[in-house]
Amino acid sequence: MTTEEAGALLPLPPVTFHILIALADEDRHGYAIMREVAERTSGALKLGAGTLYRSIQRMLEQGLIVETSTRPSPDQDDERRRYYRMTPFGREVARAEAGRLAQVLKLVRASSLAPGKA
Amino acid sequence: MRAYRALLRLYPLSFRAEYGEEMAAIFARRLRDTAAPAARASLWIGVAWETLASALAVHLDILRQDLRYTVRALSRAKGFAVTAIAMVALGVAANTATFAVTDFVLLRPLPFPSADRLVSLWQSVRDYSRLELSPANYRDWTQAATSFQQVGAYTDASLTLVGQGDPIRLEGTAVTASLFPTLEVTPSLGRAFTAGEDAPGATPTVVLSDRVWRTVFGADEGVIGRAVVLNDRPHTVIGVMGPNFSFPTSQAGLWVPLAFDEGAYSDRTNTYLRAVARLRPQASVAGARAEMGLIADRFARQFKDNDRTGATVNTLHDDLSRQSRAMVLALSAAAFCLLLIACANLANLLLSRGLSRRQELAVRAAMGAGRERLVRQLATESLVLGAIGGGLGILLAAVTVPLIARLVPATMPTAATPAIDLRVLLFAVVLTVVTALAFGLAPVMRGGGAADVRALGHGARTVGGRHWLRGALVIGEVVASLVLLVVTGLLMRALWTIQATDPGFRPADVVTMRTTLPWPKYASMAKRADFYARVLEQVRAVPGVSSAGYISFLPMVMRGGIWKVEVEGQPVEPRDQPAVSLRFVTPGFFESLGIPLHAGRDVRDADTLTAQPVAIVSDSFAQRTWPGQDPLGRRITVAFKQRTVVGVAGSVRVRGLERSSEPQVYLPNQQIDDGWMPFYAPQDLVVRTSAPLDQIVPAVRAIIHAVDPLQPIASVRPMTAIVDAETAPRAVQVRVLAGFAIVAFLLAAIGIHGVLAFAVSQRTAEIGVRIALGAPRRHIIAMVMRQGLGLVAAALIPGLAIAYGAALALQSLLVGVTPGDLPTFAAATATIVVMACAGTLLPTLRAVRVDPVTAIRGV
Repeated sequence: MTTEEAGALLPLPPVTFHILIALADEDRHGYAIMREVAERTSGALKLGAGTLYRSIQRMLEQGLIVETSTRPSPDQDDERRRYYRMTPFGREVARAEAGRLAQVLKLVRASSLAPGKA
Repeated sequence: MRAYRALLRLYPLSFRAEYGEEMAAIFARRLRDTAAPAARASLWIGVAWETLASALAVHLDILRQDLRYTVRALSRAKGFAVTAIAMVALGVAANTATFAVTDFVLLRPLPFPSADRLVSLWQSVRDYSRLELSPANYRDWTQAATSFQQVGAYTDASLTLVGQGDPIRLEGTAVTASLFPTLEVTPSLGRAFTAGEDAPGATPTVVLSDRVWRTVFGADEGVIGRAVVLNDRPHTVIGVMGPNFSFPTSQAGLWVPLAFDEGAYSDRTNTYLRAVARLRPQASVAGARAEMGLIADRFARQFKDNDRTGATVNTLHDDLSRQSRAMVLALSAAAFCLLLIACANLANLLLSRGLSRRQELAVRAAMGAGRERLVRQLATESLVLGAIGGGLGILLAAVTVPLIARLVPATMPTAATPAIDLRVLLFAVVLTVVTALAFGLAPVMRGGGAADVRALGHGARTVGGRHWLRGALVIGEVVASLVLLVVTGLLMRALWTIQATDPGFRPADVVTMRTTLPWPKYASMAKRADFYARVLEQVRAVPGVSSAGYISFLPMVMRGGIWKVEVEGQPVEPRDQPAVSLRFVTPGFFESLGIPLHAGRDVRDADTLTAQPVAIVSDSFAQRTWPGQDPLGRRITVAFKQRTVVGVAGSVRVRGLERSSEPQVYLPNQQIDDGWMPFYAPQDLVVRTSAPLDQIVPAVRAIIHAVDPLQPIASVRPMTAIVDAETAPRAVQVRVLAGFAIVAFLLAAIGIHGVLAFAVSQRTAEIGVRIALGAPRRHIIAMVMRQGLGLVAAALIPGLAIAYGAALALQSLLVGVTPGDLPTFAAATATIVVMACAGTLLPTLRAVRVDPVTAIRGV
């Protein structure tokens, strides 16, 4: 996967980006992703199951995430669940998206639109 | 939970199989976490909404994917794509265009409210079921009838309009005030006639058609209340009808009130009224028929001049000629045949493609694509092909409709013409989708199975039992194209027969026009005679004109004008007297139209009221009345006078080329009393000339204008146009059918070629072995040819049988040709055999050229 291919996916749909953020530090199953996203956004973004899995399906096809076969500690595991892990390509895309957003933010700060300015 | 699983069914099967369990688990968990009933309710609502939206999104994702894949797959198989699109386009175009016309003529109701309750009313006698009514019968019958809510009567009334530029002749209709209410139509501007306005002596009024209002009065709304001069009398314009209204024919220009004075009721043989009635809501056509039968019987017994007169009740729609019906139906059937052939070819094409794609599909199945996804993918492909083909077909149909719209009879009471409207469009779309799905999916249902992994190993070489299906499809195609060829051939022969019919006159180099002399201005016979004499004298002097004459009505233009003749020395009951088509003519008419005089003389200027009354009869009349005897000098009584036969003219096909005509009797234009028979006053000018139309017409116009500046000229036509118009609908139909037949023929040839080419490619190895073992080439040729011709042979018997059945159904159109016409059947069969040989040729050559070494190595 090349940087060019990563660039072709930008800008990422917000749901995709949030799922990638939720998977940044650990592998999670669907329900955990939903809760993590809701928690991180203080409840502002509540994913429905359909939206979540539609995104997951597409992200799998795009190679942003994979289904993992290794499970976390057995006491937390519910073996019916499928766990998802971010791929290196996914990480690259997420970084690129973050960079893009930072760039946008810089533009906003330089304008009169920045919060706190008149 | 069961409700949630039901909701999950909204997702595509593949998605559900993959994530359904996970989603159900998540939902169960959320349900557990939510205890309060209100919170649960809101959870349900949220989940239902979210599921709906995301399910739609997933479906669209798949569609996008499939479309991308389809574009890739089809651009790899351009030949296949183009052929399939062309098949669909042809099938859809033929059927959409014919449906537009069929729907217009046969299916959709006439453009009146509750048009199914409108019926026409006719008198009937022995051989004629549809004769006009006499005013007395109209009055008495409709007063006695209880089946009708309202009845209206009308009759033709061409009118001369002056004061709006040049005098104009307009197709008018005189109607009773009850006619518009019976049809339940109202003017779009102004009002219709009121009850008193159709009484004798009422102030004359007129209602204009939208067309006349626009073309003559420039769509001026201020025309209402204005007086216009029609036939020398001022008429007040009271209304303008809407743009779609036209009655009784598509040519109607204006309507004036129809008044009956007391004298009109005195003679029950004076029949000129047509009547239309609206059935009461509970009444049926059959009931009205029965009632009118009884009523007509009663009056037939009561009045001697009404003897044996019955009543005919038809729905207004059924009054359209049977011929138009047969033509339109034949065309629909032909278009359907074409669609079947196109579909069979399409199915064959997709079968071959399905076979060559078995490996590809098997690979995709092995990689985890479920059967549902494969079927969906193939359905998308078919629908894309169908959509492009259907779209092209609809465009093609839009171009074709005006061409076949000439099959719409002019007697249809509407100003509209068939077009591709929403209804026709819907038909085309349904047709396209059914075609695409049925023939796109049929092969898939058998070939797209996920379990078909065996194909991975075997390659595409295993043919299996689907060969019979392909053969059957080709047989079907050959049958359909044979039927089309035979029917087209028969109708073509009928057309030729009719076109070759001698009309009894020489139409070439003849120009005709109509100058109807308005009454009462020209009620005096001397005044008319003066007009004819002055016009004819000057017209004959125009360079290039060899002769000119006037007649009451040209043959084929007016088919009626029938009178009974009493023959001296042959006393019979009045009803058994010979009926003739009666015309008044000026000297020079026979020469001008090219009707030969077989004996005696032409009418002369000296044949006036003071001279001996004379008549010229046709051959047919002379032979029927005085077989084997000299007709000259015999006496007949017709048109209120006894007249001596002084000439015998050739018989003319007054009623057109396809029907037998009554014998003709011609009378001199001056031998009629003032004010009598205004209808028969000569009005059609016939000029025989070698000069071109655009030179002669202005010259004649100028002459007529000089003789009477207020006299309008109408219907300027070469006589050949009148004769051609006789066969025009047939010619259009034959041309369209021939087009269909040619396309069908080509498609069937492609079908045969496809099947044989495929068979040869499947048997390459076998053929190679045979050649290697020393089989002579001619055996190989015979083997392939046998297969091709075998398919045709299997199609011949059912094809010929169905063609004969179709011919029987079309018998009413087959003039001068029998349904079992041997030359036509033989020619069609020969054409099919030639087609089969042509279709077999390429595959045979390929088989003969098989190189045994490569062929065997490929096993």
